[in-house]
Amino acid sequence: MTTDISSALARYIATEILKQPKRTINPTEKLISSGLIDSFHLVDLSLYIEDTFGVHIEDTELNADTFDTLDQLVNLVRQRM
Amino acid sequence: MKTFPQYLHQIYTESPDKPAIHMLYLRQPDLTMSYRDLIHGSAGYAHTLQAAGIQPGEVVILILQHSDDLVYSFFGVTLHGAIPAIMPFLTEKLLPEQYRRSLSALFEITAPAAVITYPEFENEVRQAIQPGSTVRAVLTTPNIPAVETVDFNKLRGFDRQPEDIVLLQHSSGTTGLQKGVALSHKAVFNQLESYSDALQLRNDDVVVSWLPLYHDMGLIAGFILPILNRIPLVLMSPFDWVRAPYKLMQAVTRYRGTLSWLPNFAYNFCSQKIRARDIEGVDLSSWRAISNCSEPMIYKSHLMFLERFQPYGLRPEALTTCYAMAENVFAVTQGGVTSRVTIDHISQRGFLIDRVARPPLPGEPFMKMLSCGSPISNSQVKVVDDKYRDLPERQVGEIALQSDCMLAGYYRRDDLTAKAFHNGWYLTGDLGYIADGEVYVTGRKKDLIIVGGKNIYPQDLEALAGDIRGIHPGRVVAFGVFNEDLGTEEVIIVAETDVDERAQDLEARSQQLADEIRLRVTRGSDITVRYVKIVERGWLQKTSSGKVARSANREKYLAETVINS
Repeated sequence: MTTDISSALARYIATEILKQPKRTINPTEKLISSGLIDSFHLVDLSLYIEDTFGVHIEDTELNADTFDTLDQLVNLVRQRM
Repeated sequence: MKTFPQYLHQIYTESPDKPAIHMLYLRQPDLTMSYRDLIHGSAGYAHTLQAAGIQPGEVVILILQHSDDLVYSFFGVTLHGAIPAIMPFLTEKLLPEQYRRSLSALFEITAPAAVITYPEFENEVRQAIQPGSTVRAVLTTPNIPAVETVDFNKLRGFDRQPEDIVLLQHSSGTTGLQKGVALSHKAVFNQLESYSDALQLRNDDVVVSWLPLYHDMGLIAGFILPILNRIPLVLMSPFDWVRAPYKLMQAVTRYRGTLSWLPNFAYNFCSQKIRARDIEGVDLSSWRAISNCSEPMIYKSHLMFLERFQPYGLRPEALTTCYAMAENVFAVTQGGVTSRVTIDHISQRGFLIDRVARPPLPGEPFMKMLSCGSPISNSQVKVVDDKYRDLPERQVGEIALQSDCMLAGYYRRDDLTAKAFHNGWYLTGDLGYIADGEVYVTGRKKDLIIVGGKNIYPQDLEALAGDIRGIHPGRVVAFGVFNEDLGTEEVIIVAETDVDERAQDLEARSQQLADEIRLRVTRGSDITVRYVKIVERGWLQKTSSGKVARSANREKYLAETVINS
């Protein structure tokens, strides 16, 4: 299941946020603190996660302290499912 | 004619208990600041500056996030008679060394005497202070308490004259920082008077804003205008708004907000990114003027916003427009307050080929232009051609401006100030036309990119990308392309590579270079770059003087992209 979550999230980030469908997201690559995901797309990410996995991420949690890598994000989603 | 300190003193005497600002914070109850709180908190800063030996007329840089400290320090600097300039705070993604370079550049140009920041940021600031710098003091916030009683006779700001400079405003980036817009007390008051008339400002108005205070729209419309007009301001952090745009709607509901200013992208952003459950029960019927300002205004963005929020009480007549620039303090025109915003139907052919905004012939394709409204009472606008000759109504040319609230100058840059004017008219660099006394902005003469209301200079992005190994120096171009879905421009970077075309791993190498450019530019500027195109030597078109031609390369890129998609 972790793989499913991970690949779905990676696909969403690459396609919808980075606009580079072919790009692979390294599980430990920094996403927020590197500026890869900019602040305008954090809301999109939380909307997608809620719609897809039924997991709510508070807007106060939308920062690199809560998750900064794909691995961390997958863990967060799993814990709340 | 008064100055800021005299005006603040008068408000303090007449209505000390009136709420000045409702500060909105995360995970904390709203904090209401009365004018008494405002003056006492600010006077604390004025005393601290005095004790630190800072003189009236000297520049003080403020590097603080959304907080009561930012409010107090701004007015505290003014009460002391010094000149505040608010600098954006370091963001998570920005490389610290890049930020430090910007700070050093700012210190160099504005020659500030002091910086006010947080203790945890003091070290960062000190690292940006070069040997021989004018900065004599770095003051940190928790050490600056409010005063119990205010002795106005001891505040040195009362010696300032209306013609003296009251504040500086900057755009970001190496280029933007060169142009600190210096405004006098008199210019700000002249703007407030004319703009308040244009808005038909009322005692029961309430301004709601999430805009950053380092930008003219946030600083003037979303801060100084309500505070000096004794109209309550509801202020939230841009950082919080972008993560929770519904909080704007909730704040309007809670405080019966009447006035807001938004850059065009925010109409799309709010329409697309708010969950229904987060705005359940909100009532937006109190909103009487939401002014679209600071980037090209798009009719479709207004429609999208209206469609989404009309069920929550948003009135169609609340959608207003404004054309503004820091060089005029803020507003030049305002549309939609006395009557609905004019929508001008013009012939596409007339506009694109003949440079005339004429009505379409029957059956001819047309464009819908949103009017920015009429100039406010103290400002005159005209449209000129390339040789600065006046153009008649409906002819497209450069917008020129005259008013009694123009900048005193770009701070310590008389050369740039002189270049900005022609025969007493300020040349805005914006293209547009006038019809029936209303101003329409259609584009820009200068190669400025506006992303989400932020002014971005392409040369700054090109310099960042050009630093990368494998990119041919000086052979990089950055430009903006409008994205209708986002309601703003997106940045495109095209770069020529030095990599041998015969190299076997050319595609992989190009991918890698594109990634490096994205990262370098994103971490070195205020924007995020998504679209990078690596091209072979000779792709980029140059002008006759050998410079890379941005608009020609933009056309070429768009033509190729359309063909390939």
